[in-house]
Amino acid sequence: MITYIKLAWRNLWRNKKRTFISAASVFFAVILSLIMRSMQKGYYDYMIDSSVRLYTGHIQVHGKDFWEKRSLEESMYYDEALIQRLKENKNIFEIIPRLETYSLISFGKVSKVVQVNGISPEVENNITRLKEKIVEGSYLEDNSEGILIAEGLSKLIGVDIGDSVVLYGQGLHGITAAAVVPVIGIVKFAIPDQNKSFTYLSLRYSQELFSAYDRITSLSILLNDADKIESTKSSLKNYFDDSHEIMDWAELSPELVQSIQIDNASGIIMLGILYVVIAFGIFGTIVMMTAERIKEFGILISIGMKKRKLALVTTLETIFVSFIGVAAGALISIPILLYLEKHPIPLTGETADAILAWGFDPIIPFAFYPGMYFAQMWTVLAIAFVSALYPINFIRKLKPSTALRG
Amino acid sequence: MKLIELTEVSKIYDETIVPVRAVDNVNLQIDKGEFTAIVGPSGSGKTTLLNLIGGLDKPTAGKIFVDGTDISTYKEDELINFRLHHIGFVFQAYNLIPVFTAKENVEFIMLLQNISRDEREKRAIDFLDAVGLKDRINNFPTELSGGQQQRVAVARALASTPSFVLADEPTANLDSVSAESLLDLMEELNFKHNMTFIFSTHDEKVIRRAHRIIQLRDGKIEKDITSKSNYPINS
Ligand SMILES: Nc1ncnc2c1ncn2[C@@H]1O[C@H](COP(=O)(O)OP(=O)(O)OP(=O)(O)O)[C@@H](O)[C@H]1O
Ligand SMILES: [Mg+2]
Repeated sequence: MITYIKLAWRNLWRNKKRTFISAASVFFAVILSLIMRSMQKGYYDYMIDSSVRLYTGHIQVHGKDFWEKRSLEESMYYDEALIQRLKENKNIFEIIPRLETYSLISFGKVSKVVQVNGISPEVENNITRLKEKIVEGSYLEDNSEGILIAEGLSKLIGVDIGDSVVLYGQGLHGITAAAVVPVIGIVKFAIPDQNKSFTYLSLRYSQELFSAYDRITSLSILLNDADKIESTKSSLKNYFDDSHEIMDWAELSPELVQSIQIDNASGIIMLGILYVVIAFGIFGTIVMMTAERIKEFGILISIGMKKRKLALVTTLETIFVSFIGVAAGALISIPILLYLEKHPIPLTGETADAILAWGFDPIIPFAFYPGMYFAQMWTVLAIAFVSALYPINFIRKLKPSTALRG
Repeated sequence: MKLIELTEVSKIYDETIVPVRAVDNVNLQIDKGEFTAIVGPSGSGKTTLLNLIGGLDKPTAGKIFVDGTDISTYKEDELINFRLHHIGFVFQAYNLIPVFTAKENVEFIMLLQNISRDEREKRAIDFLDAVGLKDRINNFPTELSGGQQQRVAVARALASTPSFVLADEPTANLDSVSAESLLDLMEELNFKHNMTFIFSTHDEKVIRRAHRIIQLRDGKIEKDITSKSNYPINS
């Protein structure tokens, strides 16, 4: 076997320039596609991470049917002791309780329906950095009996810090919820929908206002490692009975999943095209390597080399050409991608402003997964094997007497 | 001792409109230890005949016995195996694997025969020594002259311990001095080791060195002369 490997390896370098060019084409394809994939994956991770952090969490626990009906009737009991126990799970980074409901807000003659989020101020800020979004006034405290209003909403109804608004809605079991609440802060959101409809109360005060004592509508759970979603989900099942539902971010944000899938598919098509080009490059080299050695093959078979062994040598040659490229590409891209992962490319100008306005950082993020490398390896290996079929078939049909005549 | 026997062997190529009887109803016997030349004008069927004897081609009709077995019925894989163990080949050109050194080339055929590494190495050196290339064993074919390359091919043929050596125009690409010396080598090996050589050639000087001359014309044996001292061939 060593001799066959040696033979294949040396054959490869009979035409150094050609081998170099084919290996280089694989090399550039690998680098290009790795960077492309890294950028795509980085972008997805960033989107998911932002969405998870800004709102949904990796996993949410609700009362059964809450996600569909969005009513306080599907709220759940807020068990602080349970939360303390859950936090012992190494995978869980933070657990955010919320009581979300809808209410009418009135100031002067203007009324609007708004989303009222009862939050645990400190925990919420740790994750969503809500405090940083305050543009006027101050943030909530645990016992605050004031309200934070989104900046767009404040303009719509014309309130300012120090004014009081009327909240009028329905509490648990249909009990009327009504109060005059002072506006203590204005928060500005990048996402227009949120900016026109969000309000915040302290969790304790909102429970009181909506007669939902000790109740919440969701627990958002952030994990240390997004890959542990499934296992954490199943371990959570031991703590919450059938009157709860446990959903992960993908179930909570199907639109996000879908837009990622579409983008990913287009990326894969691009890669496909790139690899078709590469495949032809490799194939062309193999065809030439075969064509110019017909006599040599004829002699080897004549002196008694089995066709299978000769085919093995040509297959090794194909794999070598491809893998020199893959190995070089993979090796060189490791430091590049690791660097880009740590130092995402900053965006400037109008694009940056637009992205910033949506609440994201103006960067092109990159991801680094060992898995990306395997995908490349398998692709190139597949191309190599398919290309190798050409000389294999050629040798299978080769008659030594005709080959020798050339 | 009978080594090769052809009975009513024909090879007909009928891909063309007029079928070509490249070898036409040939009966032939070659004994162990012969030093035989197949001669004849271009297109007379020398290569075809050698290919049939060497199991590189199958006859359209007739039987070919080598070492007592009928190889005309062998399947492809059996033929390859038969060639590996029974026949040494020397071709006109491109004999050697260009990326292997002289020694590696000679060792390679023994590797195909599953001979142990030590044995391969020892025999390769011995045979390269026997063909006068002891100091060129680590040279690549491109670093050897045409004559030296043919000598390596002879060493490779012998290293596989064949029953006989077939050489289709082994001197065609050589100058007359190299051709003479290759013939000297082959004759010496024939004499010392009783190795059978069957070679085809156009070359008058080479023909004169043969101990038996089989002359072909249009696929038929025209003359078959066995005499070491008699060279009256006028083709
Ligand atoms: N594969 C083939 N298909 C058709 N005809 C063939 C084939 N091979 C050989 N021939 C024909 O068979 C005849 C004998 O050819 P062969 O090569 O055996 O002659 P040769 O004596 O070796 O000639 P040369 O001295 O030129 O090498 C020629 O007429 C040739 O054209
Ligand atoms: Mg010929």
